[in-house]
Amino acid sequence: MITLNDYLILGAILFALGVMGLFINRKNLVVLLMCVELILLAVNINFVAFSRYLMNREGQVFVFFVLTVAAAESAIGLALLVVVFRHRQSINVQDLNQLKG
Amino acid sequence: MATLALWILLSPLLAALITALAGSRLGRRCTHVLTIAGVAVSCILSFWILLRVLVGAHLDAPLYTWMVSGGIPFQIGFLIDPLSALLALVVTFVSLAVHIYSIGYMADDPGEIRFFGYISLFTFAMLLLVLANNFLQLFIGWEGVGLVSYLLIGFWFEKPTATAAALKAFVVNRIGDLGFILGIAMVLHYTGSLTYASVFARVPALAGRTVGLGFGWRVPVLTLMGLLLFVGAMGKSAQIPLHVWLPDSMEGPTPISALIHAATMVTAGVYLVARLSPLYIHAPDALGVILVIGSLTAFFMGILGVVATDIKRVIAYSTLSQLGYMMAGLGASAFAAGIFHLVTHAFFKALLFLAAGSVIIAMHHEQDMRKMGGLRKYLPVTYVTFLVGSLALVAFPGFSGYFSKDALIDAVGQSPIPGAAFAYTLLLLSVFVTALYTFRMLFLVFHGPERMGEGIRAHLHESSWVVTLPLVMLAVPALAVGWILFHPLLGGSFFGSSLATPVGINPLASFAHLSPWRFFLAAWDAPSFYLMLAGLGVAAYGYLWRPEWPARLAARIHPLYRLLVQGYYFDAFYLRLGAPGSVRLGRSLWKWGDERAIDGLGVNGTASRIGWLGALVRRFQTGFLYQYAFTMVAALVVLVSWALVRY
Repeated sequence: MITLNDYLILGAILFALGVMGLFINRKNLVVLLMCVELILLAVNINFVAFSRYLMNREGQVFVFFVLTVAAAESAIGLALLVVVFRHRQSINVQDLNQLKG
Repeated sequence: MATLALWILLSPLLAALITALAGSRLGRRCTHVLTIAGVAVSCILSFWILLRVLVGAHLDAPLYTWMVSGGIPFQIGFLIDPLSALLALVVTFVSLAVHIYSIGYMADDPGEIRFFGYISLFTFAMLLLVLANNFLQLFIGWEGVGLVSYLLIGFWFEKPTATAAALKAFVVNRIGDLGFILGIAMVLHYTGSLTYASVFARVPALAGRTVGLGFGWRVPVLTLMGLLLFVGAMGKSAQIPLHVWLPDSMEGPTPISALIHAATMVTAGVYLVARLSPLYIHAPDALGVILVIGSLTAFFMGILGVVATDIKRVIAYSTLSQLGYMMAGLGASAFAAGIFHLVTHAFFKALLFLAAGSVIIAMHHEQDMRKMGGLRKYLPVTYVTFLVGSLALVAFPGFSGYFSKDALIDAVGQSPIPGAAFAYTLLLLSVFVTALYTFRMLFLVFHGPERMGEGIRAHLHESSWVVTLPLVMLAVPALAVGWILFHPLLGGSFFGSSLATPVGINPLASFAHLSPWRFFLAAWDAPSFYLMLAGLGVAAYGYLWRPEWPARLAARIHPLYRLLVQGYYFDAFYLRLGAPGSVRLGRSLWKWGDERAIDGLGVNGTASRIGWLGALVRRFQTGFLYQYAFTMVAALVVLVSWALVRY
């Protein structure tokens, strides 16, 4: 029997992977976007798990919203990525420190 | 009457303002007419008001409330009583004479229009001072005349000596004003009012109260108040030891020396003490100080006149000496005698200065008496008027100075104030000194051999009517005013309640039933007459019959002579002791107070601290996304764990 705990552990592992990817990855902007997706998916798993556990459908409705926003966000993110590459001939995160104070 | 008084003030002020704003467009002629008309209106109105006062008119009313602070109203108002009406007439009359005279004296000067603006402004400030009914307005006028005095001493600002003299006058007067403003603060503190009438009403209640000065030293309130106010009077009226600015003020144009540094402004201190006489009669110790300082000034400053060689400086030292007389008279609580001498002195000293100015014009701005001589042939009108002024100054019987000065000396002799005997002796000796330097000047300038250069001698001629008319205008009162005012001022009840008479001791009691004619005849019995003749004799011996004798005497007593020429080393003393200290204080305030504390810590300090903080915070903004993300997550972890621990 798969309990709520197992789902939550999975969500936590996915979330941790996403966050670690965010600040360990220093090479590729695409990986960064993927990590953001991963974090959102971890959240989605939590939503669905709690929705099932509490017998409440609103959590599942939220998942649709999150997925929609995530899709839009990755579309914008990839478009920005293309612009950045055209501009600087690189998507290396380490090179993108123009906002340094 | 308040409206009339207002116009006395406003007409010279308007003339000064128009001259200041549009003088260069109006031109010289128009400026002359405007300023002279302003002062003439003032003079006529003053005369009218004096006539009204003689029949009993009186005004003491606030005109305008400037502000009310802490329940104390600060007002502009007028007090018109016999004292202020008399002074206003003297001021405006002398000012009118000087205005007319200046047309001749200042012709061809590039700053002529500015000059006329200044003297009209001066007349306004002086009248503001004289007509005030409260201490604040008095102080405003007091500072106003000080300012104009500064501007006019430094009138020829391209001359370094003139600007130095102007600065000196200003600084020395500030020292006096410090005492003055402390005195005013004390008056306000103890009486809760600045208006003369209410202050005087509360003064008797203060008699006997003391104030602690620290170290367990307590002095009577009224004595301290009187002395502090007298410090202000000392600065303005150039009493020892604050006299040093007046001889140097001769750097200004001669009409100014006549108007400001002889007739009016320097007598403001005398006026102040007389005006505050209801306060001073309750402070006999303060009166004693005034008496002694006045007599010291009268004697020691007079002696300096004997060695001065600049004609204007001789008259300046004589002014110092005469101011000392007035102060001594006030100190002896013979207030009426002091004011009487102020009035006669205003006329004859202004006359002497203007006559000296006429000599200076004729000599092409040569002021050294050793290069003059025998001028009476060339300048007959100047000579006669100068002679009248001199005879009045030495108190020759019949001339105005005789009535005021001999009465004053007599009053000091009868005064019970401590120190009166000492002062009386000094004042009698000063009579001899006065005669000596006055006749020395007269003989050096108008008699004896002609020592000027050939070029100047060829062009010697009497000045034009604008110069001689004021001389005659002033010579008449220098002759007559003593006869006219002697009885009303000293014996009669002219001053009424505007001057206080001490209860029990009235040094002027013997003048109550004395006619001027009887006083004139009494000259033969007075020691001062013979001292004056002795001075005349010595001057005639040394400067007419044996001209080589003074130089031999000077060589004989050389150290003493040097002491006198250096003015008792007052200047050197101040430069050695007072000035370096205050310069050092000013420098340390500038370096430490201003540059370090205010600029360094306050203004620049704030900016540099903020910059430093910014530089610190900038380290965190690396521009790398992963660091921002790390910071966010780390902060989230910290906050969440804090929340968990907390709840």
